[in-house]
Amino acid sequence: MAGFISRGFTGHRRVSEDLAARLPPGQYVERGFPVLTAGPTPHIETSDWKLRVDGGVGKPREWTWDEFHELPFETIPCDIHCVTKWSKLGTSFGGVSVDTLLDGAEPRGEYVVQYSYGGYSTNLPLEDLTGGKAWVVTEHEGERLPREHGGPARMLVPHLYFWKSAKWIQGLRVMDHDEPGFWEMRGYHNYGDPWKEQRYWTD
Amino acid sequence: MDGLTPAEVRAPGQWQIGTVTSIKPETPRVKSFRIALPMWMEHLPGQHYEVRLTAPDGYRAQRSYSIASSPLDAGGIELTIDRLEDGEVSPYFHDVVVEGDEVEVRGPFTSYFVWRGERPVLLVGGGSGVVPLMSMLRHRRLTMPDLPMRLLYSVRRADDVIYADELGEDAVLTFTREAPDGWTGHVGHVDPDLVAQVAASLMPGTAFVCGSDGFVEAATKLLLGSGFMEREIRTERFGATGQP
Repeated sequence: MAGFISRGFTGHRRVSEDLAARLPPGQYVERGFPVLTAGPTPHIETSDWKLRVDGGVGKPREWTWDEFHELPFETIPCDIHCVTKWSKLGTSFGGVSVDTLLDGAEPRGEYVVQYSYGGYSTNLPLEDLTGGKAWVVTEHEGERLPREHGGPARMLVPHLYFWKSAKWIQGLRVMDHDEPGFWEMRGYHNYGDPWKEQRYWTD
Repeated sequence: MDGLTPAEVRAPGQWQIGTVTSIKPETPRVKSFRIALPMWMEHLPGQHYEVRLTAPDGYRAQRSYSIASSPLDAGGIELTIDRLEDGEVSPYFHDVVVEGDEVEVRGPFTSYFVWRGERPVLLVGGGSGVVPLMSMLRHRRLTMPDLPMRLLYSVRRADDVIYADELGEDAVLTFTREAPDGWTGHVGHVDPDLVAQVAASLMPGTAFVCGSDGFVEAATKLLLGSGFMEREIRTERFGATGQP
């Protein structure tokens, strides 16, 4: 539809050039942190919480809340991009790198399904979780991660649309094949690169 | 391939230029836009379309809007748009768009917050969260009027009631700020008594809840407390600045 102009539209929410350069196509800057969840918000006590690395691995791993907090913890400054069009720029999370979690697990597949308390799941290639690109986080901007944003712990994969960062993370299942997750089966793109605007199946 | 009949490229996924054929003011800040589509296809009640605005210099803004019409309402869609003061797309629709204007859209998209004929069904809407629920209600009225489906609709005041002329016995309203004169129904936020009254005949069933995050959070808690199964409660939440 090249050439189409919306009659009378000028755009009054434009942002400065430096912010615009950080904004993927079709996104707008949101100062808040909207909540988007497909069902009721799960409630997980940290005393019941466990995080697993399982599936196609040589050595399955599991951490309790206390054990998880003995792992190297980092602060991750990032921009996040939600497929519903908002982007939150210059935010930060605190958590543990997936590289640390996979260390010693001996993954034997090229794909991973993130699975969550409450039943949510999302899939991605293993290589999108390694090399300092993904974390399990328990803090947002220095505060404990609120329950509605996935607390006690969620995934953070900021280079993909944010539905690829599962809230209420329970485990990472290494797979020898790609298996579409919750939204990937219901219309959203299998990979979800915001810079290529991969929102839906046909994008 | 020579022997095959060429098939027209169809939505979803394709951007297309629709034409606004009618505009209906619903409330002081909400209007419904009927948009005729050259590549119209049936949607599922609850699905949404994307709207893309392009300025002369190429600057663009995109938003998603729920479809309000039934899929039997062929040839186009109705989008009901809440005017957000600090918005970029909704004020354009309210202040600029007139009948006959062209708008760029694509859809319909996603298949979770959709009604596929499950029964019974409880719809719970807060404010403009009623929009996708109205698609379900309208579709049920056109296809299975006897199917048990009720709408519980929370609004602030009489001025805020969208689709006021279409709400019949299958809709129960509550006014959270100010009820109209002579109102004998429920007043205040959705509470356990109101849920029990509206949902009693609809359990076990499926619930669709749409509104602000605070509204959805409160309503889903009440539904869980009244006996709805967690997996039978589907929600759609607006972002912090309002309609998604």
